[in-house]
Amino acid sequence: MFKGGFIQNLPKIYGLYTGGFAVFIILMAIAEQAGVSAKNIGVMFVAFTVCIYAFIGYLSRTVQVDAYYVAGRSVPTVFNGMATAADWMSGASFVALAGGVYFGGYTYMAFLVGWTGGYVLVATLLAPYLRKFGCYTVPDFIGTRYGGNLVRACSVFVLFIASFTYVTAQINATGTIASRALGIPFELGVWVGLISILICSMLGGMRAVTWTQVAQYIVLIIAYLIPVFWISSKVGGGVFPHLMLGDEVARLGALEQQFGLVKNSAADMKAAGVPGGLKYISGPHSAVPAGGMAVWKYLSLAICMMVGTASLPHILMRYFTTPSVRAARKSVAWSLFFIFLLYSSAPMLATLSKLALMDPNLPTGIIGKSISDVQSIEWVQRWSEVKQVFIADFNGDGILQLNEWFMRGDVVVLATPEVAGLPFVISGLVFAGGMAAAMSTADGLVLAISNALSHDIYYKIVNPKADTAKRLIVARVLLVIIGAAGAYIASFRLTSILGSVAWAFDFAMSGLFFPLVLGVWWKRATREGAIAGIIAGILSGLFYLLWVYPKFSMAIWGVTNTPWLGIDHLRFGMIGAPVCLVTMVVVSLMTKEPDAATQRMVDETRIPTGKAILGKQH
Amino acid sequence: MSNKDAHWAKTRGHMIVTLVLWFFFSLVLFMFGTELNTMSFLGYPLAYYMTAQGSLLAFVVILFWTANKQEKIDEEFGFSEREDD
Repeated sequence: MFKGGFIQNLPKIYGLYTGGFAVFIILMAIAEQAGVSAKNIGVMFVAFTVCIYAFIGYLSRTVQVDAYYVAGRSVPTVFNGMATAADWMSGASFVALAGGVYFGGYTYMAFLVGWTGGYVLVATLLAPYLRKFGCYTVPDFIGTRYGGNLVRACSVFVLFIASFTYVTAQINATGTIASRALGIPFELGVWVGLISILICSMLGGMRAVTWTQVAQYIVLIIAYLIPVFWISSKVGGGVFPHLMLGDEVARLGALEQQFGLVKNSAADMKAAGVPGGLKYISGPHSAVPAGGMAVWKYLSLAICMMVGTASLPHILMRYFTTPSVRAARKSVAWSLFFIFLLYSSAPMLATLSKLALMDPNLPTGIIGKSISDVQSIEWVQRWSEVKQVFIADFNGDGILQLNEWFMRGDVVVLATPEVAGLPFVISGLVFAGGMAAAMSTADGLVLAISNALSHDIYYKIVNPKADTAKRLIVARVLLVIIGAAGAYIASFRLTSILGSVAWAFDFAMSGLFFPLVLGVWWKRATREGAIAGIIAGILSGLFYLLWVYPKFSMAIWGVTNTPWLGIDHLRFGMIGAPVCLVTMVVVSLMTKEPDAATQRMVDETRIPTGKAILGKQH
Repeated sequence: MSNKDAHWAKTRGHMIVTLVLWFFFSLVLFMFGTELNTMSFLGYPLAYYMTAQGSLLAFVVILFWTANKQEKIDEEFGFSEREDD
């Protein structure tokens, strides 16, 4: 059945895997009918999928440097696309994206454009050239192109800040899902999540992470799309929601008019005791907010997310694993295709979920019904108990108004199957999908950080004479340390002080985007320019964040500041990146032009053929 | 102009075309959100459709197109990689 090598058989292997997963879902559905409890089905879903990832991680173990760092540069285009999509779509994307659209409507969807449009920048400006360069890590490119340990260390520093901000949120998400699905305390869930992540990545590095990410993508996309299509046909949205929800979107607009979009005062919400993190609908679903400021806020958020995407090391390094430069280019296109499948479905899920709750003509509708009736609904009771939904009767009329219904964003993905009356097997599937999404991103991030530390700091700077065995031991030890540090922070729920995952994008764009792009596209860029640019970019971004984010500015200066030009804490890259660009250009022009060898190196990077700049083993 | 320089000039031109398309679908469209929303596509208000699906789809198409075009440029100047590379 399996002639030829592993790579030739990939479609067969993953085809079988997908079939096996489908059989597992059917078995679970039968088990549910036979009376197995909902809780046990959730446990089996998560345990079964995590064991498979661990098994793949074990099979992919390696003792070779290039297999550990870049999966032997043998990952075919389409599979690398799937792995990147899993690497990209985090637990937050999976459980929170639809919720964000649910509450934020049009304004929030700047994230959708930002998180996809960035791939055009990746494909045209960076991925093929970094692949040709032959580096193991992103700082490896910066260190070799500009030359010297200082610039290498600076880029590792930016990578560390950006990726670590991101990874604690991911380990947090793994912990949340593990604790809910397995019925264990959150603190324990975090460590269970960490162990699952490490089993996948420790033995085989990039090779193991690649093959588990492909498996995780398959699980997460099935888990996202089945409920969307099923709910849509169940609530009368049509069999293909993406093309057929026009009337539903218009209906939501009419319902918003009917119920009115009311803003609650902070004092009212505090008096009613609305739990933290719960939101209510106060903005329109599809209408565009009027005014130049609203347009600027949309555009600036999209710019930050796009440029940040093109600077995040855990994404760029996925394109080091393809067999050729053209494969790297094609692979970016496939990545975005696989991401598109989920991202284009999130607004549809938000629309369906919103309509199911808001439309009084639907049996699932709750807005405009009597509060005592709503409180007796089973799913409302269950999610109220865990403080995920909340009702506050502000006007005291006993009728649930739109501004009186509070909900956590995650509930949109996690509870809509239940609200629409789907069997629990679907909820179990959604848990497995969320776990896959959170694990795959955490894997990629932890590996990006530990690879940069082990390759760029340990091997290139501290101990260049280290042999292969020693390098790989150091890489694995660092992997465990970074993972444990992330889990430690997550287990104390300190993540709230780290704010939003959007920060990771802003940090990366402030310090890495222009040094990377100009390294390829501007021969005149010098080492001094790069060092000055990285430092000025990251420091100005960081300083602006401290100044603009109320929690920080209160702690440091005892004041809150009004964002300058509407650039709030989600958008501080709008400050850091231009500062980085200007500093880098000015300092480069002031310093001596790079030597002939460096210029030749850039010329070589720009053509797809010929030897890589850095050898196969370096 | 050497072969390498000519290849790079053409690559750079192609990069600019791609980024103009990208700029249009990611930013220019949404400068006119209010106006676009008065039109409709598949029954959706147009600006809503573009941010939820349309621009995302446009990026996917741009990426496949740009990769193919760049391969042709590489071929033209003899920088095409062998399949078994």
